[in-house]
Amino acid sequence: MNIVVCIKQVPDTNEVKIDQVTGTLIREGVPSIMNPDDKNALEEAISLKDNHGAHVTVITMGPPQAEKALREALAMGADEAVLVSDRAFAGSDTLATSHTLVATIKKIGYDVIFAGRQAIDGDTAQVGPEMAELLDIPQITYVENVDIIKGGLKVRRAWEDGYEDMEVNTPVLLTAIKELNEPRYMNIKNIFEMYQNKEVKVWNAEYIGADKEVLGLKGSPTKVKKSMTKEPKGNGELVQLPPKEAAQFVVSKLKEKHFI
Amino acid sequence: MNFALTKEQEFVRQMVREFAINEVEPLAAEIDISERFPRETVEKMARYNMMGIPIATKYGGAGGDILSYAIAVEELSKACGTTGVILSAHTSLCIGPLDMFGTEEQKMKYLVPLAKGEKLGAFGLTEPNAGTDASEQQTTAILEGDNYILNGSKIFITNGGEADTYIVAAMTDKSKGTRGISAFIVEKDFEGFSIGKHEDKLGIRASATTELVFTNCIVPKENLLGKEGKGFGIAMKTLDGGRIGIAAQALGIAEGALEAAAKYMKERKQFGKPLSAFQGLQWMMAELDVKVEATKMLVYKAAWNKDNGLPYSVEAARAKLFASETAMEVTTKAVQIFGGYGYTKDYPIERMMRDAKITEIYEGTSQVQKMVIAANLLK
Repeated sequence: MNIVVCIKQVPDTNEVKIDQVTGTLIREGVPSIMNPDDKNALEEAISLKDNHGAHVTVITMGPPQAEKALREALAMGADEAVLVSDRAFAGSDTLATSHTLVATIKKIGYDVIFAGRQAIDGDTAQVGPEMAELLDIPQITYVENVDIIKGGLKVRRAWEDGYEDMEVNTPVLLTAIKELNEPRYMNIKNIFEMYQNKEVKVWNAEYIGADKEVLGLKGSPTKVKKSMTKEPKGNGELVQLPPKEAAQFVVSKLKEKHFI
Repeated sequence: MNFALTKEQEFVRQMVREFAINEVEPLAAEIDISERFPRETVEKMARYNMMGIPIATKYGGAGGDILSYAIAVEELSKACGTTGVILSAHTSLCIGPLDMFGTEEQKMKYLVPLAKGEKLGAFGLTEPNAGTDASEQQTTAILEGDNYILNGSKIFITNGGEADTYIVAAMTDKSKGTRGISAFIVEKDFEGFSIGKHEDKLGIRASATTELVFTNCIVPKENLLGKEGKGFGIAMKTLDGGRIGIAAQALGIAEGALEAAAKYMKERKQFGKPLSAFQGLQWMMAELDVKVEATKMLVYKAAWNKDNGLPYSVEAARAKLFASETAMEVTTKAVQIFGGYGYTKDYPIERMMRDAKITEIYEGTSQVQKMVIAANLLK
């Protein structure tokens, strides 16, 4: 089974600030990390490999320094890594990104494609579903459990108030949520070995053979009008009371604010 | 000159830091109070190939370097000094001499499972009357047929009782003084070997520190490490390496305390402003920061020398002397910054201060480090 995992290197949003004037992220000096949901996707792929055997290729579209995220994936146990990097991809929105990744994935070959539900910098949750649409394969989003069955997978999709169990044939695209698993750490031996025996392949726009019209800024219909940070609301009030008194307290507060 | 860590070393730091935050720090207070050896942490470290970082992969190690190992001990010790020394004693004091002096057969039999972390290691040199003067060994090893028969005892042995494999020094020929000392590989189940008193300590309380007792203990002669009479040299060489590990432990404790103090100073308000706004405390912190950074340079330099095949005995002694005294100073002053809260177990800072003290004592006291440094300077 060939598994392709799509990951993204993102600024650690715990550390990030937004420029109040331009509304853009201040990325200088902010550490980059592998997007958390993507790490769950990768963990699932590697544990499927551990338990059932599979070949795990991890890919990312990004600047040269995104190699670090791919190296981390190799140190966790991925078999191969591809960095798709080209000036032509600059300014990509989710659609252009999906076109780029789809062209890459077609070149690699796949039975299962894993992506994280969404990235913590853009929070769109669009790239996974868009890729499935472009590839015209089934997709299951918000995946919290995966089992291998004959001819395909048994997958549990999380809902806000429950879950849905589905069986699906491969090829299929799944998007992972953090409830799916607990990602492993990098393995120290892998850290040293990967620099001896594994390379991060770097593919450009020409190599993946995608239509130039759908890439980068040109292929990006999304226009960001404005982004802003909400003013902090100030501290909440914490009260510790027995349930009955707590209920009375809440009611009195709601009355005070004229909600009831 | 290049002060940058390699990509591998940076990844090792990232990995161990994440591991320490998630797996080690949450246990640190509990195992300190209960003196419980964190076996589950050791098993997890083994799973991630942390138990043999500087050992070649063909001997079960991670194929890394000493500096990466030192970084691992540093990062673990930021969260928990006990966990740092478990790894340090195992790697430097047991795996170290096996890697340096073991025969191919001994490496296959003992080094491989130790470096994989399937087995835990320890080292026995200190005796009730042979502390800083390690030449006063009373434990004897007499060759009888195919076995050495060991009699005597060792004290203050880190990982004692928890370890599977022990490197033990004993006198094979008392008439020759230090040249009559030999080193042996002892398995925990060897007949005549037992664990004695378990020490109740000021700090690193979850690290097992015990007596080793040899009563006609039968050690096969193929378990002689190095040549007969070379044990003292093996022990000294082992301790040179060990000092890098302990210096890294002290560095980690100091960094952990400095970070905790800086965080607390930004939160704690007195006289209407945070502690971080008081210049007296700012200057105290600045002085500590410089010492921590200087420590780091000394520790990494000693590790780098070892990695590059350069002499490292004096470098390790300098690093350990400065690191341990810095750890003691930083943790003591950090408790002061925390005030009354720092003296309680509500914060980890008093534990760090207790953990720091041992780094000035074990694997050669600060005074021994000065002997090593001065002997080199004045030779």
